Amino acid sequence: MTDLLQITGLDVEFPTRRGTISAAQNVHLTVKPGEVVGLVGESGAGKSTIGNAIIGLLESPGRVSAGSILFEGDDLCLKDETAMRAIRGNRIGMIFQDPQTSLNPLMTVGAQLVETIEKTEAARGKAAEARAIELLEQVGITEAKARLRAYPHQFSGGMRQRVVIALALAGDPDLIIADEPTTALDVSIQAQILDLIKRLCRERDLGVIIVTHDIGVIANVADRVVVMYRGEVVETGDVAQILGSPRHEYTQSLIAAVPRADCKLERFSSVDYIEGGTKPFKRIDVQTHWLGKAQSHARGETAIEADHLNLSFVLQKAVLPRNRKMIKAVDDVSFKVTQGQTFGLVGESGSGKSTVARIITGLYPPDAGVVRVLGQDVSSNPKSSEARKARRAVQMIFQDPYSSLNARMKVMDIVAEPIRFYRLTSSEGETRKIVGDLLDHVGLGAQVATRYPHEFSGGQRQRISIARALASRPRILICDEPTSALDVSVQATILNLLKDLQQELGLTMLFISHDLPVIRQMCDQIAVMRNGQLCEVAEAEALFNAPKHDYSRHLLDLMPRMDLLESASE
Amino acid sequence: MFFFILRRLGQSLLVMAIVSAVSFSLFNFVGDPVNNMVGQDATREQRIEIRQQLGLDDPILSQYTRFLGNMVQGDFGLSYRIKRPVDDLILERLPATLELVFVSAVIALVVGITLGIYTGIRRGTWASRAILSVSLIGVSLPTFIIGIALIYLFAVHLRWLPSSGRSGTIDFGWWKTSLLTVDGWRAIILPAITLSLFQLTLILRLVRAEMLEVIQTDFIKFARARGLSERAVNFRHALRNTLVPVITIIGLNTGGLIAFSVITETVFQWPGTGLMFIQAVDFVDVPIMAAYLVFVALLFVVINLVVDILYFIVDPRIRLGG
Repeated sequence: MTDLLQITGLDVEFPTRRGTISAAQNVHLTVKPGEVVGLVGESGAGKSTIGNAIIGLLESPGRVSAGSILFEGDDLCLKDETAMRAIRGNRIGMIFQDPQTSLNPLMTVGAQLVETIEKTEAARGKAAEARAIELLEQVGITEAKARLRAYPHQFSGGMRQRVVIALALAGDPDLIIADEPTTALDVSIQAQILDLIKRLCRERDLGVIIVTHDIGVIANVADRVVVMYRGEVVETGDVAQILGSPRHEYTQSLIAAVPRADCKLERFSSVDYIEGGTKPFKRIDVQTHWLGKAQSHARGETAIEADHLNLSFVLQKAVLPRNRKMIKAVDDVSFKVTQGQTFGLVGESGSGKSTVARIITGLYPPDAGVVRVLGQDVSSNPKSSEARKARRAVQMIFQDPYSSLNARMKVMDIVAEPIRFYRLTSSEGETRKIVGDLLDHVGLGAQVATRYPHEFSGGQRQRISIARALASRPRILICDEPTSALDVSVQATILNLLKDLQQELGLTMLFISHDLPVIRQMCDQIAVMRNGQLCEVAEAEALFNAPKHDYSRHLLDLMPRMDLLESASE
Repeated sequence: MFFFILRRLGQSLLVMAIVSAVSFSLFNFVGDPVNNMVGQDATREQRIEIRQQLGLDDPILSQYTRFLGNMVQGDFGLSYRIKRPVDDLILERLPATLELVFVSAVIALVVGITLGIYTGIRRGTWASRAILSVSLIGVSLPTFIIGIALIYLFAVHLRWLPSSGRSGTIDFGWWKTSLLTVDGWRAIILPAITLSLFQLTLILRLVRAEMLEVIQTDFIKFARARGLSERAVNFRHALRNTLVPVITIIGLNTGGLIAFSVITETVFQWPGTGLMFIQAVDFVDVPIMAAYLVFVALLFVVINLVVDILYFIVDPRIRLGG
């Protein structure tokens, strides 16, 4: 079969004032009709750049400096803007990562579809509308006719991504470039969207390029895989070969870093290929250090107790209480976390897991029920000095390392803030020394204290967050999706760090995630949440080996299949 | 939406109550009203009689209630100086100010948004840079200097346009307009430009900044990737998304334009409410000052309400989110 797309020797560079940055070098890639090609790599590897280069939408000042992109025999690099516009939408469609932001919030879905159809096809007015309905039905949206008049915010994330796919298909393209199409979605929705993409690819004989950092997605949909590392293609091959017997050293360590869902390991294996060269950081002896003070290593006591927690939010306001629409975000949730253990909270978005965490930290007061931290009731009278004192023992690490650090504060002040707030030290000099030690301990080094958060990568920022959480000498850490914004390799190092800290300091952790393999590696006990209720609370291994509740079983089934990986490791 | 507007109405009433209390207290704190009304040779008995006629010896609360009652009916009493009802005076002068503000708002909007879009899309070009540099002058020069400079250039030096006053008006009885004659337009153009210049540059810079931000968003990138034309992307997708903050600023500024056209009206001797207010201050004409205060507050409250309702129309997320 002839190639639909053939990229040869592609170089992309971004000229800047400080010299030219090369985003991609000598990239070779081919796509055949009816084939899904996975383009995999970590952030900054240049995968999205390739996608943007194909469709001619490289961000300024980026440009293709060498090589060719042959699409059905024509070199796209030689076409001017007008010619490219005729190809975009008509011949090549694109799907972006975040369905929340890829639709215009002020236009109805119908209007956006119709304008695209009117541009790409001959259809006008009524005919275009009929075609829009047809497209929505094809991507699995029911009551398509009524939905045309809805605005994007009235759709759920998965539905919105279906609309985005319908828009990409509007011009009946031959090639679809999907840039992280499921990264912002839940596991169950992810499975549906991937199925949809695969189905469309077969039915319409489309060529598809899926750009992703998620090996699970690749294992599920791709026929062939292209692995990129620092702007270069390091390996190309069939999905079975790449995942089963990777040849390149980088691919090997990348695949090894994917958290295993099938068995529990002591530590996460990290991507050594990237990490290579980083010196082991200075650790402090917690037994004698300030950090270790006031730590009881007692195990077996209850650290957190949630006792019949309830919390409702008002969805729609009304004068009469009976006309109000409420949603039960947390519905009669009770559990106990033993000191020194890690307790996992799993569920899809909207299941109420983050709300539980916020109730425990005191960010939301519960409507009913009691939270006890280390035996002290902190929810009934949250302003009492006992409750405040108990709450100091609880610290939180948030999901998004980009928005959870104040960009206008230096790292020193960010980490020192809890120490100063609780007046834990007697002098400023001591505070500075402790902040330095903390930064050493999380693997950043004391010298970073004078820098600002924007100078750090996502993983490094999450280390700063951890140092900040440790600064008030907590006994309980609440981690709300601490690694879901990070690359696989970075995720492994952060999770290892959390495990080490837990062992050294005897911390109790409440670990919230939608990622089942990560949960399995981290947790001793697991609670499964759905619609605000606890479905099942079980020992980690018991849950994975023999789930009791239907929903737990359903969730486990939805995990991306990694058979290829597993066969390789045997 | 119903609740939202109800709440806003409640807040508006509160604002009006506070402002009316302030304006009421003007009568008691800025000079003695009786002194202002009688001649210097009035006897003590005459003064006492007037005090009683005006009800100035009643308890303060009942005086305030009476003031509120009159105010709601549009009765602000007689001007000390001109001895005519204040509401008549304001209504007589309002058309001049409203027309001036209307023309300057249209100039500011049309020119500001057009140049804002242009500099937002074609950033870095020679023309954009020139526009932005000139707009800095508009922001930084005080209104009266711009006004005087324009008078010097167009009225004194070139002798194209009149330097002051409002001419060529046509009287409909309830409204005197100057927008229907060439003379009227010749008179209004300079003060309108002067008044609009600050707003224009503000809108220009705001639209540009918002455009730059919106153009970075994913949905613009996606619209491009669907092959939509540049015009559809820029106007249908980008421009509308810049409007919410722009509406806020325009709303607040329109209030400001009407209330604070004082300086422009003074420079051009434009017979509007602003000029009337300045003259009232000169002569300590308390009823006019009090009425003007209430009038300006009402204006701001109404404009803010309109702006809030406009949000609903522009942004479906607010409309349906309730």
